[in-house]
Amino acid sequence: MTGESTTPPTTTSIEWRRVRSTLKPRATLAQISVGLLCAVLGFAVALQFRSTRGEVALDTASTTDLVGILDDLGQRSDQLSAEAQRLEQQRAALAGGAGQRAAALSQARQRLQTLGILAGTLPAQGPGIVLTVDDPGQQVDAAAFLGIVAELRDAGAEAIQIDDVRVVADTSFVDASAGVVVDGTTLSPPYEITAIGDPTTMASALAIPGGVLESLARVGADGSVAQRSSVTVDALKPP
Amino acid sequence: MIAVLGLAIGIAFGLLLQPEVPLWLQPYLPIAIVAALDAIFGGFRALIEGVFDDRVFVISFIGNVLVAALIVFLGDQLGVGAQLTTGVVVVLSIRIFANAAAIRRRLFHG
Repeated sequence: MTGESTTPPTTTSIEWRRVRSTLKPRATLAQISVGLLCAVLGFAVALQFRSTRGEVALDTASTTDLVGILDDLGQRSDQLSAEAQRLEQQRAALAGGAGQRAAALSQARQRLQTLGILAGTLPAQGPGIVLTVDDPGQQVDAAAFLGIVAELRDAGAEAIQIDDVRVVADTSFVDASAGVVVDGTTLSPPYEITAIGDPTTMASALAIPGGVLESLARVGADGSVAQRSSVTVDALKPP
Repeated sequence: MIAVLGLAIGIAFGLLLQPEVPLWLQPYLPIAIVAALDAIFGGFRALIEGVFDDRVFVISFIGNVLVAALIVFLGDQLGVGAQLTTGVVVVLSIRIFANAAAIRRRLFHG
């Protein structure tokens, strides 16, 4: 409705005069009711824009992506049931032998080591990947970091650190004006994420269509994955 | 004028308050918006043709939204929600285009 100044150069037609007379604000019932309805419409439009912005919904994913996601989930469920079986065997062994204190002790030590690595109080070394994210526009937000960490964990990462911060179960990611704050430390690009686990699995998990690398590229950041036979995660979480 | 103002105020409120869309409303909101847009274009056309009536406009606005929502609801119940939603959007879009064309013809004698 650009009523002003776009009037045809010939004569002012009845149509233009109608438009112009309507554009004058008058507190008639008609104008107010139309204005009210327009406000409702604007509210609804803003609401809908917000709710559809920036989400990658499953129902718009292509068949290949869906098959990939399903495969991942199936693999994960296999892994978990295998682990459950192993743990049950262990439990049976411990409960069965009364004189196997030594076995119990060594198992407990092993467990201490595993839990220390999981809790971030012990350094870890092993095969893994280094994901370098070059982010000149500071467009990678906390949600993106959370996505990266979740994807790495899904792919079997055992220990993760971002720059000099160890990522554990209760690590927090917060958007701040200066950048993303991880457990109280403000990160600055380029970010270097080190993860220990099966390098091939993690690298392919990051590179799946619609996955981490693609969503990084979408916000203008550049992520590159290097698979290494040995990486060190030595940032420690204060106990 | 008040209509434009109302639209701006509505958008501003929507952006400022940032409310979550309730789940039961989610399938209906996009359709309701397109239906309301159709009513707005229809109203503008009527205005230019000199037959605008606020009561008719209000009724057509609310009626449009309700009928559109009803069709989507019915479609969901029948299991063809997505198809009916597409159908409603297509029909309403055609109407919006037709109204826009009529408005253009009247205003520019083209």
